[in-house]
Amino acid sequence: MLKRNGFVSKAVQDIPPSGIRKFFDLITTIKDVISLGIGEPDFVTPWHIRDMAIYSLEQGYTSYTSNAGLIELRQGISEHLFNNYGLQYSPQDEILITVGVSEGLDLALRAIINPGDEVIIPEPCYVSYKPCTIFAGGKPVVIPTDADTGFKITPRQVEEAITDRTKALLLSYPSNPTGATMSKEELMKIANVVAKYNLLVISDEIYSRFTYDMPPTSFVSLAGMKERTILLNGFSKAYAMTGWRIGYAAGNKEIIAAMTKIHQYTMLCASIISQKAAIEALRNGKSAVEEMYNEYNQRRRVIVRGLNEIGLKCQMPGGAFYVFPSIKTTGLTSEAFAEKLLFEEKVAVVPGTAFGDCGEGYIRCSYATSLEKIEEALERMGKFVRNLLNKV
Amino acid sequence: MLEAKDKEILKILERDAKIKSEKIATMVGLSPAEVTAKIKELEDKGIIVQYKTIIDWEKAGEEVVYAFIEVKVTPERDVGFDAVAKRIYKFPEVHSLYLLSGTYDLSVVVEGKSMKEIAYFVAEKLATLDNIQGTVSHFILKKYKIDGKVLEPEEEDKRLAVTP
Ligand SMILES: Cc1ncc(COP(=O)(O)O)c(C=O)c1O
Repeated sequence: MLKRNGFVSKAVQDIPPSGIRKFFDLITTIKDVISLGIGEPDFVTPWHIRDMAIYSLEQGYTSYTSNAGLIELRQGISEHLFNNYGLQYSPQDEILITVGVSEGLDLALRAIINPGDEVIIPEPCYVSYKPCTIFAGGKPVVIPTDADTGFKITPRQVEEAITDRTKALLLSYPSNPTGATMSKEELMKIANVVAKYNLLVISDEIYSRFTYDMPPTSFVSLAGMKERTILLNGFSKAYAMTGWRIGYAAGNKEIIAAMTKIHQYTMLCASIISQKAAIEALRNGKSAVEEMYNEYNQRRRVIVRGLNEIGLKCQMPGGAFYVFPSIKTTGLTSEAFAEKLLFEEKVAVVPGTAFGDCGEGYIRCSYATSLEKIEEALERMGKFVRNLLNKV
Repeated sequence: MLEAKDKEILKILERDAKIKSEKIATMVGLSPAEVTAKIKELEDKGIIVQYKTIIDWEKAGEEVVYAFIEVKVTPERDVGFDAVAKRIYKFPEVHSLYLLSGTYDLSVVVEGKSMKEIAYFVAEKLATLDNIQGTVSHFILKKYKIDGKVLEPEEEDKRLAVTP
């Protein structure tokens, strides 16, 4: 018999377990926790969208769709991109409906990476970027950022990270976990480097609708970038539809065709009911999105002020629904802080290290929770921090 | 035209009339003094009409009955429906009054201690007014949502405690 060391592949074994997962297991052991650790909207999907899904089921929409997704949905997305950024994406062959941005990300990486190709990833970043790059056979090259630069990257940092194996730059603004956004001017400087070194960009803009202090800039709208950017976006955050699993990729024909090739054999298509619901979201979801936007914006100001008042230094983030305060004054590591806070005051936050090594000294607090709960959490955290600082 | 911040303040107050102006100030990104001044102006202009409380009287054990009364009216020359409306809303039993498009003209919301009391009011006071052609009464059996507020307990949070 063949000798084996277990059945799990080495590639999978080598990926460290998710920091979030570890924390989740801890939290489920404790009752009455206020969680600022949730990376999805606290709103339930607007009723008109849910109603459309129910109606679609009644009508018998229970089949597969084409691999690329329902043409009406692709048309709706094409119009949305034109109206918002003035860019033409053909619904026929430049837009692919994916099972969330999660699948879009995986497809994009697998479609472009040859073994050993490098992908530049600014950190702290969304938990999937590095593992997905590795699963696709690529090598993540991290650009660490911190609060001093507002968790933004500079063209110089990108240039320094580039080698002759660099294939792509993975951008995500507004950012999960920091909420950082980059202005058009700042992004243009990055675009210059991208053009100079002939890189591809994967731009995860899932939080673009929640950009607060300026109009959102899509990377694809910068001169010369549309052709070399895979735009990833979706319905999870903007329309509070995380459980529906609908996203999309937009890009040039060649790359979308490559992504579709993988998608057709691995996913076949996204759920038709969710696609129907997404069509409705695009058609009639504007006012619901605006309401959620206003609410997040108000909470953002309340939580930033509250954290600074209790001594956890925190910048006003420009987007998403996260703040990333520093906990360095407490002398604790991120993980120790989060654990202690959970046990002593029953407030859940995510240690910054779950999003990269440079997240040490920070925690991620999500304000996708009601204002009342945010205020209660701030009170408990204030007590916690006061106790910590008095002890030493 | 209202400024965006005025509208934002109104929306906040519409949901919670008791909220402190310092808190509104943080939420909308203004100073407390600016918020207080804006609220005063909105009150003076009559845009903020009144601060009220939604009460579930039934829960308090009080007998309160409401009915929607459809009223068909012959409008008066020159003054249209307004004169009739005025005569109706002066009654303290009338909780709200609306002029509607469609098959009837006025919708009168009447509040009383019992169905009998309301029926008496309609028959004796409302139906007997000049210009009233007819009335149809609908008693409220159960309230589900008042002024944007759902009365049932809120649905629980179905999300996991931590997600990426
Ligand atoms: C930056 C970022 N990208 C992608 C995702 C995944 O989104 P989806 O639900 O569309 O798969 C998330 C979800 O938290 C996210 O924060």
